[in-house]
Amino acid sequence: MSDTVTMADLYPVLPEVCLALMAMALLMFGVFRGDKSTSSCSWLAVLALLLTGVVMALLPEEADLAFGGQFVVDQFARFMKWLVLIGSALAVIMSINYNAREGIERFEFPVLILFASLGMLLMVSANDLISLYVGLELQSLSLYVIAAFRRDSAKSSEAGLKYFVLGALSSGMLLYGASMIYGFSGTTRFDALSNLFTGPSPDPGVGVVVGLVFLLAGLAFKVSAVPFHMWTPDVYEGAPTPVTAFFAVAPKIAAIALLVRTMIGPFGELFDQWQQIIIFISIASMVIGALAAIWQKNLKRLLAYSSIGHVGYALVGLAAGSEEGIRGIGVYMAIYLAMNIGTFCCVLSMRRQGVLVEGIEDLAGLARNHPMMAAAMAIFMFSMAGIPPLAGFFGKLYVFMAAVNEGLYILAIVGVLTSVVGAFYYLRIIKVMYFDDPEDAFDRLPAREIGLIMMVMGAFTLFFFIYPSPIIDGAGQAASVLFSAG
Amino acid sequence: MSYSWPVLSLVTFLPTIGALAILLIRGDAQIVARNARATALWTAIATFIVSIFLWTGFDASTADFQFVEKVAWIPSLGINYHLGVDGISVFFVLLSTFLTPLCILASWEAIEHRVKEYMIAFLILETLMIGMFCALDFVLFYIFFEAVLIPMFLIIGIWGGGRRVYAAFKFFLYTLTGSVLMLIAILAIYFETETTDIPALLDAMIDPRMQLWLWLAFFASFAVKVPMWPVHTWLPDAHVEAPTAGSVILAGVLLKMGAYGFLRFSVPMLPYATEYFTPLIYTLSVIAIIYTSLVALAQEDMKKLIAYSSVAHMGFVTIGIFTLTYQGVQGAVVQMISHGFVSGALFLCVGVIYDRIHTREITRYGGLVERMPKYALVFMVFMLASVGLPGTSGFVGEFLILVGAFEANTWVAALATIGIILGAAYMLYLYRRVVFGKLEKEDLKSILDLKPREIAIFAPLVVVTIWMGVWPAPFLEIMDASIANLIEQHKVAMSAFPTAILAGN
Repeated sequence: MSDTVTMADLYPVLPEVCLALMAMALLMFGVFRGDKSTSSCSWLAVLALLLTGVVMALLPEEADLAFGGQFVVDQFARFMKWLVLIGSALAVIMSINYNAREGIERFEFPVLILFASLGMLLMVSANDLISLYVGLELQSLSLYVIAAFRRDSAKSSEAGLKYFVLGALSSGMLLYGASMIYGFSGTTRFDALSNLFTGPSPDPGVGVVVGLVFLLAGLAFKVSAVPFHMWTPDVYEGAPTPVTAFFAVAPKIAAIALLVRTMIGPFGELFDQWQQIIIFISIASMVIGALAAIWQKNLKRLLAYSSIGHVGYALVGLAAGSEEGIRGIGVYMAIYLAMNIGTFCCVLSMRRQGVLVEGIEDLAGLARNHPMMAAAMAIFMFSMAGIPPLAGFFGKLYVFMAAVNEGLYILAIVGVLTSVVGAFYYLRIIKVMYFDDPEDAFDRLPAREIGLIMMVMGAFTLFFFIYPSPIIDGAGQAASVLFSAG
Repeated sequence: MSYSWPVLSLVTFLPTIGALAILLIRGDAQIVARNARATALWTAIATFIVSIFLWTGFDASTADFQFVEKVAWIPSLGINYHLGVDGISVFFVLLSTFLTPLCILASWEAIEHRVKEYMIAFLILETLMIGMFCALDFVLFYIFFEAVLIPMFLIIGIWGGGRRVYAAFKFFLYTLTGSVLMLIAILAIYFETETTDIPALLDAMIDPRMQLWLWLAFFASFAVKVPMWPVHTWLPDAHVEAPTAGSVILAGVLLKMGAYGFLRFSVPMLPYATEYFTPLIYTLSVIAIIYTSLVALAQEDMKKLIAYSSVAHMGFVTIGIFTLTYQGVQGAVVQMISHGFVSGALFLCVGVIYDRIHTREITRYGGLVERMPKYALVFMVFMLASVGLPGTSGFVGEFLILVGAFEANTWVAALATIGIILGAAYMLYLYRRVVFGKLEKEDLKSILDLKPREIAIFAPLVVVTIWMGVWPAPFLEIMDASIANLIEQHKVAMSAFPTAILAGN
């Protein structure tokens, strides 16, 4: 470990450096060209995200450290970064047409998404409590702004403000937890922390455990797990729909990745201490996600509760604390990304006489008016309900598999039963689309790219079962590095 | 005998190919509907013809799985795409391929709107049903088993009657609740035995104490499907609201999935728990037989009456399986096949007059024999087969089950016999009220007898029902080795258990 940063030290961070440079260049481009350039700005942002992915793919595959060990690149980081980059890029594409039609076409939007993505990449690679916090804040600050991006809408501003206040509170808790951990252990480095707790009888002391609890609370807020989920429905409903789509996938995947790395890496030996917390959070999220969604009338609010539920399922994998569990989380997040992006494409297409509608009842008779869109939506809903052979089933299969293997039968049974409750409200959407009499047809598909994304995601969800190995093996490799290193 | 071409995959996925072809049909609504019907019918007939190879090529001398196909599917978990049939499952594959063309024919005029989607749903449903009976990997089985819910949910919900939404939800959620618990059990078995391969699991020894829990989880799933009392309440609703063809498939094939599950998984994999819980099954089955027969007596709706009679008949099947005697199990399989034909045909009979008068209320009918002699004859054949008259398929199954039951438990056999008497009562009572009596109702005076299309539907069903009743030997021969092996395996496993339990303690 050297105190000076050399060029060689920067290789592992090359993708992030590229993304940062491109984001700044894009900012300049936007400033000089004005809001008229928003569309080209957005496509350039997509390109920037793609290039970041390419750079990441070109780098050697071995795990590597940078910035004096504050930053780590391994298979796990790569897998999660791919998901983050794909989620961000798709969200940018989805926003282009929407922002133009809603009159909020500003070049800052794609730039902010780039900065948020940069923050997420840092989060995924964080190997130190400080870099963790820096990445998280870079992400959060960008997100606060884009939540309130529709400035003249009270709902959007409220969403932004609410997100900011609660987000700041959670960051405070996280920081407090981190400082306690530092105070009682004397280090912020993940590997040093993990060394500290190994030994025949790891006694972390009360201080570290209390710090860990605060840290967990802060992270639970970021992944919107119960009981720190209250902001989710309001922000989802208030934010512009492409922003909601973005919130639903990329930040959540990054935060889950961060949570997983923090728990398995430095605090892996304290499994007994945090497992019960994760089990509680997981059960609570699954139950609230399933029950509260039943009464929702607004599709975006419903999807908020659905995402709370999905986080609960993903955390089942973490509660298992095994390599299989982490693999399950990887598979789950990849599938979650596809289902959510696809569903939000459907939501974006719900436009009557130029006005966006968001009520579940507005979908009535969709199967007659727009059979393809209804079929895609039905695929996503059945998949979210976890009905085989759709992708969502495999996500659940892998996390429950891990839970059963670790003997967490109660957790698994609660999980599958809440998935039945959840199935009720997903089925309700299908019922509205297929069984009810049609209302006025929606406008034609707003943009070709949205239809394309919807189709690709639908095909992925539908045909995942034919050849699931690439994603499963990718997640498997990602999980194995976390355990081989620790 | 082995074929160089994958017969089972072909039978399983041929309907899907037909569904994809229908998806491509474009043009005027009328033309689309006509082409969709024709494509669906020809696909289903082709599937049936291919599936006949399973019958002719079947080697009845062995209990092994035949026509086996095995391809790695999810290597990281050792899950394979593994198909095969033995002397038990081959009948259910044939039952599915046999009933589907008849169902499509029965929907020819009954389904007027969204014909294309209907036919696609039906063909997909066929694929999933066949796949489920062929699957030799537990995860693969589960996928087919649960995926069946999707097309059935849509068929009930879109093309069903007045309370279709309620019925579709009830059907879906009831079944799903049972299935997810089975999923946990499948995962637990996977970690206990390190495999999901069904032939390997049939020989596996699972810790007896764990068996009890696994058995209950399986039971949660299969009992809902069978359906056993007291979780049968989704069935009358689903049957009444589903379109005729939906009811036929529901009664003919989907109900068999539960009993097949007991036979394929619970009995051979969990022998100790099976013995342990046999009294429970007996009790629930006897209650089902007597209680639902009485309920059937009081029904005003024809479809509901037949639905309750299905619950009673499936009660016989579960008794037969859990007698764990050769005759009992054989009778259960025969009864399932027979019930597939007979109850399916009875629903079709209801469908015939429902298409004409648009009501299923028994009191709205009477004296149909005067205007519809052919219909009265067909209805009589199936009514008597349902009662179990000698010479029909229903007799063979019930008789064998009762023989097995007497061997195992006299009380159960005696109580089940009461069910047969009650069965005769409600079926004859139904027949008298609908077919006999004076033709008084105005709208019935102009009712027309069976059309050629309807005769074409009923003719094969009449033939197989009587064939199975008069000459059941070809059926019994094919299942002989597999059932003998099942019973033998169970005995071997049970004799090994006292020591295993001691070792466990």
